[in-house]
Parts: sequence; C-alpha cells; structure tokens
Amino acid sequence: MSLRNTLCAATALTLVTATGAMAADPTATITIATVNNGDMIRMQGYTDQFTAETGIAVDWVTLEENVLRQRVTTDITTKGGQFDVMTIGMYETPIWGANDWLVPLSDMSAEYDVDDILPAMRNGLSHDGTLYAAPFYGESSMVMYRTDLMEAAGLTMPKDPTWQFIREAAAAMDDPANDVNGICLRGKAGWGEGGSFITVTANSFGASWFDEDWNAQFDQPEWSDAVNFYVNLMNDYGPEGYATNGFNENLSLFNQGKCGMWIDATVAASFVTGDDSTVKDSVGFALAPNAEGVEKRSNWLWAWALAIPAGTQQEAEAKTFIEWATSKAYIELVAANEGWANVPPGARTSLYENPEYLKVPFAQMTLDSINAADPTNPSVKPVPYVGIQFVAIPEYAGIATEVSQEFSAAYAGQQTVEEALEKAQALTNDAMEAAGYR
Amino acid sequence: MARSVSTQRKIITTAAAWLIGLLIFFPIFWTILTSFKTEAQAISNPPVFFNFDWTLENYAVVQERSDYMRFLWNSVIIAGGSTVLGIIIAVPAAWSMAFVPSAKTKNILLWMLSTKMMPAVGALYPLSLLFVWLNLLDTRFGLIMVLMLSNMPIIVWMLYTYFREIPGEILEASRMDGATLREEIFYILTPMAIPGIASTLLLNFILAWNEAFWTLNLTAAKAAPLTAFIASYSSPEGLFFAKLSAASTMAIAPILILGWFSQKQLVRGLTFGAVK
Amino acid sequence: MMAPAVVLLLGWMLVPLVLTLWFSFVKFLPMRGDSIAKGLDWVGFENYVRFFSSSSFWPSVQITVLMVGGVLAICIIFGVLFALLLDQPMWGQGIVRILVIAPFFVMPTVSALVWKNMMMDPVNGLFAHLWRFFGAEPVVWLQDASLSSIIFIVSWQWLPFATLILLTAIQSLDSEQLEASEMDGAHPLQRFAYIVLPHMGRAITIVTLIMTIFLLSIFAEIFVTTGGAFGTRTLTFLIFQRVIDSQNIGLGSAGGVYAIILANIIAIFLMRIVGKNLDQ
Repeated sequence: MSLRNTLCAATALTLVTATGAMAADPTATITIATVNNGDMIRMQGYTDQFTAETGIAVDWVTLEENVLRQRVTTDITTKGGQFDVMTIGMYETPIWGANDWLVPLSDMSAEYDVDDILPAMRNGLSHDGTLYAAPFYGESSMVMYRTDLMEAAGLTMPKDPTWQFIREAAAAMDDPANDVNGICLRGKAGWGEGGSFITVTANSFGASWFDEDWNAQFDQPEWSDAVNFYVNLMNDYGPEGYATNGFNENLSLFNQGKCGMWIDATVAASFVTGDDSTVKDSVGFALAPNAEGVEKRSNWLWAWALAIPAGTQQEAEAKTFIEWATSKAYIELVAANEGWANVPPGARTSLYENPEYLKVPFAQMTLDSINAADPTNPSVKPVPYVGIQFVAIPEYAGIATEVSQEFSAAYAGQQTVEEALEKAQALTNDAMEAAGYR
Repeated sequence: MARSVSTQRKIITTAAAWLIGLLIFFPIFWTILTSFKTEAQAISNPPVFFNFDWTLENYAVVQERSDYMRFLWNSVIIAGGSTVLGIIIAVPAAWSMAFVPSAKTKNILLWMLSTKMMPAVGALYPLSLLFVWLNLLDTRFGLIMVLMLSNMPIIVWMLYTYFREIPGEILEASRMDGATLREEIFYILTPMAIPGIASTLLLNFILAWNEAFWTLNLTAAKAAPLTAFIASYSSPEGLFFAKLSAASTMAIAPILILGWFSQKQLVRGLTFGAVK
Repeated sequence: MMAPAVVLLLGWMLVPLVLTLWFSFVKFLPMRGDSIAKGLDWVGFENYVRFFSSSSFWPSVQITVLMVGGVLAICIIFGVLFALLLDQPMWGQGIVRILVIAPFFVMPTVSALVWKNMMMDPVNGLFAHLWRFFGAEPVVWLQDASLSSIIFIVSWQWLPFATLILLTAIQSLDSEQLEASEMDGAHPLQRFAYIVLPHMGRAITIVTLIMTIFLLSIFAEIFVTTGGAFGTRTLTFLIFQRVIDSQNIGLGSAGGVYAIILANIIAIFLMRIVGKNLDQ
C-alpha cells in the first residue's frame, strides 16, 4: 500500500468519523419514562445506537413500577408534559386513550408493519379500534415447574393442568427438609401483584368481579372456592410469608431452587432459564391451570407498551423512538447481540414464526398462553367489563389495591377468608357507588 | 473537683456504648459491604462477611445505567440552594422575633411550625397543577422553592432560639455607637450567631437532601436528584441486593461524609433552645 | 423584617390549602374526564361524609396515632438512656457518636429499602439467617409484625436526632449540683428522677414537637415496605390511595382537610406544653 493510498484511506476515515460524529450530534432530546424491568434496562443500553441512527438523544427516567405509575398518572392528569414517551400497561392505555390523552398510533410506517402486532396485544392496547400504545413486550401467565423434582415425584405435568393436579403435584414436590416448597405464588398486596393473581384464579373457578349491573360478586360461592383453594394450597405447600411475595420475591425463590412450581408471568421464563438461575436446566412449562369443569384458564394478558402523551412538543421524534423500540429490527438487534432467548417477547406475530426463536424452550408455550387469554370474555359468566386480571375502569386500581390488602391479611392468617370476602364486597360496592355505577 | 470514675466502670461504659453504636450503625455497614459482593454472594446462606471476592462490578453497572454525577449535582444544587435561600429569608424574621418581640410573636412562630404538618400527599395534586401553571416542573428552581418553604419553619425556629441567647445589652451598646439596623444584623449579630447558623445550615441541608416526595414527583430527567436515582433500583426483576446496595451507598455517601466531618458543628447547634 | 418569611409561608400554605379546600367540595375524577378547564361540579360535603364514613377512616387515624406515639416512645426512652450512657467518660467517645448519629443521614427511602430487603426479608434477610442459626423459624416481619416493624425502622432513623438533643441537654446540667446530691447520699435512681429528668423536660418536649411534625407525614417508609397492607395504613397513606390509586381528587382532598384538622389538634395540644416551656 503506497503512502498516497494510506493518506486517502485516512482522509476517508476521518471524513466518515466526522460525518458520523455530526449525525450523532443530537438534533432533539426526548424524555422517556420507563419501568426498571430487565427488558427496558436492556433497551436503555441500545440508546446510543438509536441516537446514531436518528440524531435524537434520549433522557431516561427509569423508576420502580409503583413510583412510575404514580409519576406518569399525575403527569397525564395534570397535563404536566414532562415526558414525550411513557411506558404504560394494558390497564391504563384504553382508559387514557378514551380521554384523548394519548396520541393515536394510526399512521405508522409500512416498514413497521403494525398488523404484525399480536392481535391480543393490539386489541388490549386500543380504544374503539385505534391503537394508542405500541407493545414493547407482552405476557400471559403460565406454570413453570422443576422437571427434575417432577420426575422424582413420579408425576408428569400435562400441557394443560387443572388446579387439582397442581395441588397434587405441589404435595408431591413439597420437601421442607431440603428447603423446597411445593409451589410459590403471588400473595403480595397491590392490584398488579397478588390482586392480579387471585383475580385470574377466581376467573378459572368461574367467578368474576362484577355482574352485568356492576354489583360486586365476592359474596358468590365461586370466589369463596377460589380464595379458599388458594389459601389452603399455599398454607400447605407454599413458602413461609407468601402473603408478602410478589413477582420479584418468587423469582428469587425459584431461581434459588426453593420452589417446585411457580405460576406467573411468561416473561419470567427467560429469567428462570437465564444465568442468574441455579435451576436453569431443569425448568418445564405448562398452561396456567383451571378448576375442573370451568372453561376459563387462569391466564392473564398484559403488555408494557410505549405511548405518546397528547400535547408533547416532540411528537414526531417520540413516534420515531416508538417505531424503533418496538420494531422487528430491534428484536433482531437484541437477538444478534444477546441471543434469541433475551428478545422482548409476546409482541409480534413474526417472532413466533421465526424458526430460530421457536427453538427457545418457552417460546411456543408463551404464544399458546397469550392466545388462551381473552380480555373481552374474562369469565364464564357474562360481565360488563373488559380485562382479565383487571377491570378496565378508572376506579379499579384503587378498589383492587384495597381488596388485595384484605386478601393478603387473610393469607397471613390475620383474618378468615370469609371476613376478607365480606370486606371486599362492602368496599367494592361502596366505591362503585361513589363512582356512580350503582 | 473533676468527676473521677474507676477504670472498671469506664471499661463497662465503653463496651456498652461501642456495642450500641455498632449495632445502630450495622445496617449501613452491611449495605456498604454488600455493595462489593456479587449478587449471588449477597444472598448466600450463611451470609458472608469479609471472605468474598471483592468486586466493583455493581458500581460499574449502576454508573453505566444512570449518570450518577448528574443526580449528585442536582442534589447538591437543590439542597444547597434551598438551604441558603431559606436562611437568607429567615434571618431577618428570626431577628425581629428574638429582639423585637410582640404579643403575637409566639403565635406566629407556632403557626409557622403548624404549616409543616399539612400532609404532602394531600397537596400533591394542587401543587402539581401549580407547577404546571408556573412552568416549574422539572426545574431546580421549582424544587429549591418548595424545599425552602417546607423547611422554612424549622430554619426560623432554630435561628430564633440562637438569637434569643444573644444578650440584648450588646446590641444596645452598638446602637449607642450609632450602628444602623443593617450594620447591627450583619456586623454584630451574625458573627455571634455563626455557630447557630452553621448548625441550621447543616440540619436543613440534610433534611432537603433526604426529602423524597416532592423531589420525586416534581422532576423528570433534568432536575432529578439522588432520591430519583434510588427509585430506579428499588425493586427490579431478578437479584438486586448488591446493585441496590451500591446505589444506596452512592446516594448516602456524600451526606454521610459531610455529616461526619461537620458533626461537631451540627451537634453544637442542634438544641432548638432546649438548653438554657 | 418578618414580612418576607411570613408572606412566603402564607402563600405556601394558602395556595395549596385553598385549592385543596376547593377540590374537597367538588366532584373531581380526572380519569373520568373531569378537569378544571371544563368546570367541576359542586357536591357540598359529600366527599367529607364519604371519607369519614368509610370503614378505613378510624382505623387509619388509630394507626397514625399508634405509629407516631410508638416512635416517640422508643426514641425518647432510648434517647434518654443513650444520652446518659454517652455522657459517661469512655474511650473513643467521638467515634461512638459518629456511629450513633449515622442513621440520621440516610434517606428514608434508602433506609426502608435496606431494612426491608437486607434485614427483614424472611428468606434472605439477616434476621432470617440469625433466627435459623438459633434454630428458630424466621419471622415474616413486615406481615406478622408490620406496624411494629415500621415503627422500628422509623425509630432507627430518628433515634440519633433525639439522642443528640438530649445529650446536649444532659451536658448542660450543672455537674456541681449532681455532685452535691451525690454527697448527700442520693441514690443514682433518685438523682436521675429528681435532678436529671426534670432538667431534660424541656429538651424532651422539643424533641416531641419536632418529631411529631415529621412523623405525622411519614410516607416513604410505608410505601416501600408494606404499601399500606397488614394494618399499616395511616391517614397520610389513605389519602395517597384516594388521590393516586383511585384518582378521586375530591375525596382525597377531603381526607387532606381531615389530616390538617388532626395535625392541628395534635399541634395545639403540643404547643400548649412547648409554649409554656418556651416562656420559662
């Protein structure tokens, strides 16, 4: 290589770096509020790539889930305008959309392929057929179990277990001497924690939150059956202090090998088979259970999604970000760098048509679980509401948090299940009256 | 005659005091220690004390995820600004309460204290709206004002108690010498009250630094201080004890070090007129 | 001279107060589309009646009083004891004082997180390890002893403050007076009861007043640890649930007004005592 060539190459290189630097010099900065879950943290790591591609810089406001909810709700209701993109869930999106607080995501680019979003997710994130938030990842719930312990117990997990089988299996795997609990389930107070879990359990026993006239249904036998079954199961084979365990506590227990089974969000699958898990090689998956003879399973449906609050000055930039973060290309980017098991799941149909992804052990079961969830018909009984592990009305978060606190007190043995149900019934009807439903 | 005590008694009191001191300090010590462990070691059973592989990995992860210096700087500006501004406004008020008392003085003082009793959550919505109208959301200035006002009663009260301890005769003498009111405050009163002001400054700096409701709810990215930094590590998915410990250590270290270095000043003035 | 401070504080108090009062008399459900721009419907005392007659109201007042009272009792009793101890001659007094004062510098959020996760966690917490070491079943602190646990955490944060003020008070005690009584053959307990304690009375009332002001609005410690479950829902937390979880600004504001009334009842009661003390 001659000196001249070298010089040329050097000049070209300098030019490229210079233009590269110029492109990276941000033209705009958007502020994004998000939750501190693993997939979002990973997304933050790719911020530089986004800035390099689009020239838009990003300020992250990463908060713990409860703080985030408090923060973005206050911001949207007071029209604070602090954020250009907000991470919200399937509960908030239709309600906020109905209030015209979110920018409709109706004119996404052809390349983005909005029809590729899983129908269940798209429906849940729409109001009157208009999409208001793009799913970053979606989830249902399923059974995760220890294949080694199951084998040792001489049982085989069916693809679609019943609650009765779950109880039998929990009894067989429970091994206090070796610090193994038969089953770990959420009991922590909070509508999105134990509240979600007991609601889907009740669904699978044939119960519902409200009848068609918005009367609370906690006085019905199905609720009593469901909560009593849960409490007996957990008292017999659950971990000590399960009434304070939420997703994170159970994840930690399961990863330490202290649970035979765990029924929770499908996204947990990548954690329990990940490097932090001591049991990553012996985890099996099955559909969330139902009570024998009840047509509904205890699946829920949830998505963490990105939405643009109406009134932001940087709508175009915000949309650019959402298209980038929830695109097929982003999934491929993560897959290329960290493997298919770590891509954000449950958002796009094409992901589940990708043979590479289907090799991931939990891929098919996640899709089946999502497809088994039907937000418009959460219960076998007719109900006036939409939503499975929640009721998509603005009052729900408040009511369900208090109801789940009553349940948690019952789990902890501080009151009986009947007392908890009675209180839940009274306070729900009270609140519904205050809100003008009854 | 100095109080003399037997060596035996001194040994017992020393042992008891050290035991209590170490017990009280233990949670902080444990947090700092855990911040140097891996996540697996952080929850190991039985717990490990010193025989683990010390690592700085958690600090690296935390720093990579959030720009610590930005949060720290905001904390310094907000806590410092609100304290200094508060003292500038409170000195004249405390001065007149201490030296020109009227029948209403005590009532005003007690009324000021009672403004602190209004629960912040009750005012969240009104104040958020106010911040939106005044365009103060996510600004350091807005937070400085809020923290200054919420700590003002404590500042006034502390200063008032120090000023009252200054004998009035000195002021009268200076007045005879023809000192103006301004001179009186700045050249005579203030120097004498320096220890008290220093202690007020420190206490309110600590209170403002640790305030976690307004600083979290009225900021987003630009003005967010360390309290918001912590909120992003509080309960993520997966194992988090070690990273939480690292973030906690980073959040409390500056104020802990400041507090330790200045504890003599802080303690000297932290009497609220309790000592006569 | 008082004007700037008084005017600012008046504004600071009045503006939110007036807004809160206004909201407490209207139906204000932002999630249902209510907004100031559209105009809010006047509902009279409906929010007040509803908040007061709710089954959660009285328990929350009781829990508030229990929590504040519990923390005060612990901080003052142990504060006096620690102050007496730290007043004794010893080696390394400075370092001990640094150790004791440290929790006061820790953010409430951080201290709640540390206690909840690293100390009180029933599986991985240090207490659980300790209990298991002695062959006992670990206690699920934030469930079975939830209120006491929160009182304990808050006391840990405030004990240094109480100890320091009380220590200053003890140190100002005339040692000749003590020695005289010692010569008279007074029993140490008698000395404590008749000389030391009365001397500290003023400091104790002041500690009580200042701490009550801060303790009435305790929030982060509950938010982080139990979220109001297991009988830890104070009045402040109940208001939070009404405003944030239920998004019922009217109802929450009525609760805010009740909280102000409660605070003022306590304040008047306290200030009577302190006011008397300030006059001395």
